[in-house]
Amino acid sequence: MTAPLLPDALVRAPAQPADLVIRAAHVLDPRTGLDGPHDVLLREGRIAEIGAPGTLDAPAGAEIVDGEGRRLFPGFVDPHVHLRTPGQEHKEDLETGTRAAAAGGFCQVIAMPNTDPVVDSPSILGALRETAARDARIPVGFMGAITRGLLGEELTEMNGLREQGALGFTDDGKPVVSAGMLRRALQYQRLCGGIIALHEEDPQLSGAGVMHEGVISTLLGVAGIPSISESTFVARDAAIAGYEGGAVHMQHLSCVASVRAVALAKELGYRVSCEASPHHLCLTVEAVRTLDTSMKMNPPLRDEIDRQALIEGLRSGVIDCVATDHAPHARDEKEVPFEQAPMGTTGLETSFAALNTELVRPGVLGLELVVERMTSGGALFGLPVPRIAVDEPANLCLVDLDATWVVGEDGYESRSQNSCFAGRELHGRVLLTVAAGSVAYRERAFAVAAAPEPGKDAA
Amino acid sequence: MRHLLSIEDLDRAAIDRICDRAEAFEEVGERDIKKVPALRGRTVLNLFYEASTRTRSSFELAAKRLSADVVNFVASGSSVEKGESLKDTVLTLSAHRPDAIVIRCPWAGAPALLPRWTDAAIVNAGDGKHEHPTQALLDVYTLRRRLGTLEGANIWIVGDVLHSRVARSNILAFQAMGATVTVAGPPTLLPRDVQALGVEVRTTLDDLREADVVYALRMQRERMGESYVPSLREYAAAYQIDGRRLGARQLLMHPGPVNRGVELSGDVVDSPQSLVLEQVAAGVVVRMAVLYEVLASTRTGEPVTESQTA
Repeated sequence: MTAPLLPDALVRAPAQPADLVIRAAHVLDPRTGLDGPHDVLLREGRIAEIGAPGTLDAPAGAEIVDGEGRRLFPGFVDPHVHLRTPGQEHKEDLETGTRAAAAGGFCQVIAMPNTDPVVDSPSILGALRETAARDARIPVGFMGAITRGLLGEELTEMNGLREQGALGFTDDGKPVVSAGMLRRALQYQRLCGGIIALHEEDPQLSGAGVMHEGVISTLLGVAGIPSISESTFVARDAAIAGYEGGAVHMQHLSCVASVRAVALAKELGYRVSCEASPHHLCLTVEAVRTLDTSMKMNPPLRDEIDRQALIEGLRSGVIDCVATDHAPHARDEKEVPFEQAPMGTTGLETSFAALNTELVRPGVLGLELVVERMTSGGALFGLPVPRIAVDEPANLCLVDLDATWVVGEDGYESRSQNSCFAGRELHGRVLLTVAAGSVAYRERAFAVAAAPEPGKDAA
Repeated sequence: MRHLLSIEDLDRAAIDRICDRAEAFEEVGERDIKKVPALRGRTVLNLFYEASTRTRSSFELAAKRLSADVVNFVASGSSVEKGESLKDTVLTLSAHRPDAIVIRCPWAGAPALLPRWTDAAIVNAGDGKHEHPTQALLDVYTLRRRLGTLEGANIWIVGDVLHSRVARSNILAFQAMGATVTVAGPPTLLPRDVQALGVEVRTTLDDLREADVVYALRMQRERMGESYVPSLREYAAAYQIDGRRLGARQLLMHPGPVNRGVELSGDVVDSPQSLVLEQVAAGVVVRMAVLYEVLASTRTGEPVTESQTA
């Protein structure tokens, strides 16, 4: 039996299944081993045929897309985004957030529950899924909170949340400070399932910190967040998870000691996974020197040694996946002194291009590895991995690796503009995204070039 | 010089130039009518988000001695408490067309944001724990008058370096003028990696005799509650500058206000080695020089030729 186009755990607005032929694109799928030019035929939203370049005809009514010189990847998956609905729609909503995701080549995203109200009850989750079923351009999955109101005091109705479709649980934005509370949640996980994703930070050590503690915070006189704030909690929570046999996912690692703690936990056989963000992989605390508020995020940008450890972790597989931690904030919220600004950067529209520019092109990481790590995040939460293979639901993105663009120059699909890569020239432009069988995004200029001309290839 | 946001923006020549001009303004304070028309018709707006009697009055006096009009905007009790953002406050005040805005605020880097929203020249009068450039300039000025030059001087900055914008600006300024700087204080009150600023780091005053100048920082009582030091008594026992620790040839400085009996013993404050009151007096002439510098250089109308001693 073939997999459904849209897994039950994911929601999106109704969309037309795609019928199209992508001609002669260089297909790269680390899992199916495809790495070369192929024609790919989509029918009714599924991959119907994969053939040698120029061999597949477009059936009547099917659109032809010229893929020559371009790369076709499995659609990216982001297990960590903030779509701000309900309650903070001035920053982002399900429509704009998923539009930004599609523009970044994503075919699945997982939304965090630190909204207003917090997604901490089955009824709130139910209502949110109904909204997503109207507004979401690409399939969205939702996490429920671990504790009510993210207050760290009482567990949510985790079983009810799971029955309502929660992929897992997190108090993201805040740590679960009480080790005892985390232990209870992990015990309860044996009943309800669902990965517990953790924002690792000891508030006692972070104090009033707003940036990485080190030379630059000292020079600026800005209170620092020491890396031990994160790494001690990573080590603590890995130990608790190991003891209980529970499954945890450590979010947005930022420092070398955290990577080592996760590596040790994995060696010990604990069910621990983790992620790193494009900004932590591409930038360091140097970017904070000017106190630009788009460089303010939590965890903070850290030292080069930390960045190198994250890159090495991604390469070795200690870090399982890339996650953007897409955190939109309104312009006026960020247009304040650094210490007053909220934490977070947007990331969906720049994720692949940033990694391609900073890591793949200089030869630090292979393209195949980056594609693997950008598509693996959903599987940790039980979602099917996008694959380019016959009969699979079409989850694809077509990318021009050489196209350059200046971030923000043509605006953003996201409602917010707080990109840490704003103004940078990046290489790699997503031209087309197909999510769960439907075209979710076309780059503006590309859409014109690819206008359907039955029987003739687009120029 | 368009703005004064950070000591980092000034090189030795610029600091000397400001000090020279301040020197020339000394004479104004000795006149019967303590005023020159250098900035007549110009408006200086003091925007203060933090309580500060001495810095604000010093700026006010400086502006008035240059014949500028002065408006004081104290943030507490104003629209700020009604939730107005810094941007909106500056846009609003800017509509009154000030020529300079002197800003004191609890947020690092905030003065550097102001040029986005106003054409006025910006003077940083202290931003969070980041910098206090006019304090550093007046301290350099005071030492220059006393020592002739800071070149080769050994200056110890003692106390709560972690929370001190004065320490940060002064380290930069003293180093720019050729001095060697040592910071000393409880390890809990020294910022991480502070040696990267090119300073010597000490946690005791055992070698204080090496210093030509001892610059004591204010020890804030609220630090006690945060366990930075166990008690003021223990702090004073280890770090108080008193007659026993301060040698006869050493100069003593402090940015004020002094906690007598905490960071300084009463006798050293009143000793001839103490430059504390000279620092306060220097505050006015140095701030006159800074206001003159940022305003005279941007003057759109007639050039200011009455000069320093007009």
